[in-house]
Amino acid sequence: MPSTNTLDRTNYLNATKGFMSWFWTIDHKRLGLMYLWSVIGCFMLGGFFAMKIRLTLSGDVDFASQTAEQMNAYNNAFTVHGAVMIFLVIIPSIPAALGNFVVPMMLGTKDVAFPKLNRFSYHLWIIGAVLFVATLFIGNLDTGWTFYPPYSTGHTDPSVITAVLGAFILGFSSIFTGLNFIVTIHKMRPPEMTWFKMPLFLWAIYATALIQILATPVIGISLLLILVEKTMQIGIFTPELGGDPVFFQHLFWFYSHPAVYVMILPGMGVMSELFATFSRKPIFGYKSIALASIAIAIFSFIVWGHHMFVSGQSELMSVIFSALTFSVAVPSAIKVFNWIATMYKGSISFSTPMLYGLSIIWLFGIGGLTGLFLATLGTDVYFHDTYFVVAHFHYVMVGSALFGFLGGIFYWWPKMYGVVVDNMASKIGCLMTFVGFNMTFMPQFIGGSKGMPRRYAAYGESAGFDGYNEASTLGAMVLMTGLFIALGSLLWSLKKGKKSPSNPWGGVTLEWMTPSPPPEHNFEIDPPVVGDPYDMTLVEWKGEEEGFLPVNPRADDPCVPDVKPSA
Amino acid sequence: MSTTTTAAQGDDHGHGHDDHPKHLAHHFESLEQQFDAGKLGIWSFLLTEVLFFSALFVAYTMYRSNYPEVFQYASQFLDTNMGALNTIVLLLSSFTIAWGVRNAMLGQLGLLKMNLVITLLCAGGFMMIKKMEYEHKFHEGTLWSGNVNTIFRLDPNDVPEDMKHHSTAWDNRNGEFTMAVKDLDPEFRQKLGIFFGIYFCLTGLHGIHVLIGMILMIWLLIRAMKGEFGPTNFNAVDFGALYWHLVDLIWIFLFPLLYLIS
Repeated sequence: MPSTNTLDRTNYLNATKGFMSWFWTIDHKRLGLMYLWSVIGCFMLGGFFAMKIRLTLSGDVDFASQTAEQMNAYNNAFTVHGAVMIFLVIIPSIPAALGNFVVPMMLGTKDVAFPKLNRFSYHLWIIGAVLFVATLFIGNLDTGWTFYPPYSTGHTDPSVITAVLGAFILGFSSIFTGLNFIVTIHKMRPPEMTWFKMPLFLWAIYATALIQILATPVIGISLLLILVEKTMQIGIFTPELGGDPVFFQHLFWFYSHPAVYVMILPGMGVMSELFATFSRKPIFGYKSIALASIAIAIFSFIVWGHHMFVSGQSELMSVIFSALTFSVAVPSAIKVFNWIATMYKGSISFSTPMLYGLSIIWLFGIGGLTGLFLATLGTDVYFHDTYFVVAHFHYVMVGSALFGFLGGIFYWWPKMYGVVVDNMASKIGCLMTFVGFNMTFMPQFIGGSKGMPRRYAAYGESAGFDGYNEASTLGAMVLMTGLFIALGSLLWSLKKGKKSPSNPWGGVTLEWMTPSPPPEHNFEIDPPVVGDPYDMTLVEWKGEEEGFLPVNPRADDPCVPDVKPSA
Repeated sequence: MSTTTTAAQGDDHGHGHDDHPKHLAHHFESLEQQFDAGKLGIWSFLLTEVLFFSALFVAYTMYRSNYPEVFQYASQFLDTNMGALNTIVLLLSSFTIAWGVRNAMLGQLGLLKMNLVITLLCAGGFMMIKKMEYEHKFHEGTLWSGNVNTIFRLDPNDVPEDMKHHSTAWDNRNGEFTMAVKDLDPEFRQKLGIFFGIYFCLTGLHGIHVLIGMILMIWLLIRAMKGEFGPTNFNAVDFGALYWHLVDLIWIFLFPLLYLIS
C-alpha cells in the first residue's frame, strides 16, 4: 500500500540540495522553515537575557551595594531581552514562520503572490538580526526596548545606532511580509473559496497584515528620526534642542500598540484551527471570530494613548483613550467564548497542540482581564511602571502569542517534516512550560499590585519584594526546562519520529489535503478540492493509515492510498 | 513586481499549463491574476509610503501650529523660485512617465525609451536643483538645531519689522542686512532650528525617494532596450510609474507647505 508520507519520495525538503538552494530559495515553505529556526535561535538569545534578569533580581544584593557596572549590565539585560523578543521573535514568529509555511497551502496555491519579495523580507530580517547581535558587542544598550528620547538621543553610546537601524530594517521585513499576505489572500484564493469560506487562520493573518502595512511605516520613520537626531542633532524629539519627547511616544505607540496585535492575532488564528480540529466540531461562531479579527485590527489603531496616561497628555485625551481601550475587550472575549463553545460537546483529543490551545484559554483569560485594570485610568496611574504591567504583558505576549506559536509548531510539524510529535515528552514539555510560566509571572502580579516598580536592578530587603523575586526566578527555571523539553522532543522526532500521514490530526483545511511533507509546488493535483474548512464530516479516520482521509476523494487524489499519485 | 523572470522555470513541473505565456510567473493562473496581484501590491506599498512620510507631516503640523511665527519667518530663507522650478520639472516627468505607460501598452518601444530618458533627465535635474539649494543653505548656515551657528544674510525688505530690533549689525554698504543668530531670542532660535530640521528631513527623505525612482527608471530603460515590454507585458512600467507619481505628489505637498508660508 503506497504511503501518503513522502519522506522517501521527492518533496520540498529534498528536491534540491546545498546551501544556496535554501538561502536563495523562493519557496515559501523553505523560507518559512528558515524563519522558524532563525526565530528559535533568537528566542534562545532573548531567553538568555531573561535568565540574566531573573538571576540578578533573586541575588541577595542590596540596592546600596550595587556597583554602577552591575546596574548598567542589568539595564542592558532588560533592554536586549525586550528588543530581541519583540522585534526578532514574537513579531515574525507566527506570521513569517508559520504564516509563510501555511498560508499558500491553505489557499491551495503554489506560492505567495511575490516569492522574490518574500525572500527579500527574509534577507532583510537576517540583516536586522545581525545588527541586533552587533549591538551586544558595540556598547551597553540601556534605553529600554522603547528607545525613548532623550535616553536614546542624548548619551553617546553608539549601540543605540545599530539597534535602531536593526529595528528599522526589521520593520521593512515585516511590511513586505504583510504586503505579500494581503495580496496573496486577496488575489490567489481559489474561485470557490469566498471570504467567508476561508480558514480562520487566514482571517487572522489578513488582519495582522493590515496592521503590519499600516502601522510599521510609522515606527520606521520614527526610528529613522531617532537616528538623525542622535547623529546630527535635528531636534524634533530632544528637549535640549527644543524638541518634544512626548511626540516620539505618540509615534512610537501608534505603531507599538497595534504591534501587540501583530503578535497576538496570528496566535488567535492558530487557536481557532486547533479548537475546531481537536474538538472534531465545526468552529462555533465562524463569522464572529473572523470579523472580531478585523475589529481588533481597527481598534488597535485608536487606543495607543493608554501607554501615556502619565506622560503628560491632556486628561480629556486620557479619558477618551481609556474608554476606547475597553472596546478591544469585546472582540477578544468573543473569540474566547467561541473557542469554549466549540469545545462544548465536542470529541476532544488532548494532543500536544491542543494542550497548548487549552493553556492559552487560561493564560489569555488572565492576561486579557488584567488588561482592563490597566485600561482604567484611576488604577493605571497606580500600576504604571510596576511589575503588574510586566506580568500583564507577559501573560498576553508569552502566554498567548508564544503558546500559540508553540501550538502551531506542533500542529504543523507533521506537514513541515513529515513526522508527528505527540508523545509523553512533548506533553510534559507543554505542562512544564505552562506551570513554569504561571510560577514566574503570578508573583509579579502580586508584587506589582503592592507597588513593586519595574526596571530596578535591586530592591533591598526592606522593600519586601525579595520573596516575589525568588518565586519568580524559580518559576523561570521550570519554564526554561519545559521549553527545552519541547524543543528536544521536536529535534528527537526529526531522527526517530513516527512518519506522519497526510492528515494526522483530521484538519479539513487545504494544507492537509496534500502529502506530508508536501511536494515542491504544494499540490500534486491542481487545483485542490475546496470545501467548508470546518466541516469535520469531510474527512474520516482510517486506522490502517493512522490518519484521516477525505470521505469523497477525487479519483486522482494523491493522499488516498489506492490511487496512484500523479507525480 | 518581482516575479516575471521566473516564468520559464515554472513550465516544466507539470501543472497542466503547457500554454503558459512567457511573462506569466509559475504560481499565477493567468496574466490577469498576475496583473491584479501586482497592482494591489504596488498600491499597498504606496500606502505604506504615505504612512512613512506621515510622521514628518505630523511633526510639521504640530510645530507649525505651536510656532506659526517661526515658520513664517523661516520660510523666507527658502528659495521659492528654485522650488517652483522643481515643481514644474517633476510635473513634466510625471507626464512623460504616464505617456510611457501608454507607450508600453501599445508596444511603442521607441517612444517608451524616449519618455523614460526624459523622465530620468527630469529626475536628475530635480536633484541638481535640490543640491544647489542645499549647498546654499550649508553656505549660509541656515541649518538644523544643533548647527545653527553662522549668520543669516537677508534682504532688509524680507525682515519683518518686529524682528529688526534683534539685529546687531546693519551692513548698509552692501545693502545687506546681516543678523547674528545669537541675537535672536534663544527659544525662537531653537524653534528655527526645528523648522530647518523638518525641512531637511522631509526634502532629504523625498530626495532619497527620487534617487530610488531614478534607479527604477534605469532598470526600466534597460528592459525597454531589450525589447521586453508590450501589450501583454507592461506591468513593470505601470507600477514604476505609480511609484513615480507618488514621489511627485509628495513634492506637490512639500512645496507649498515649506516654501509658500506667508
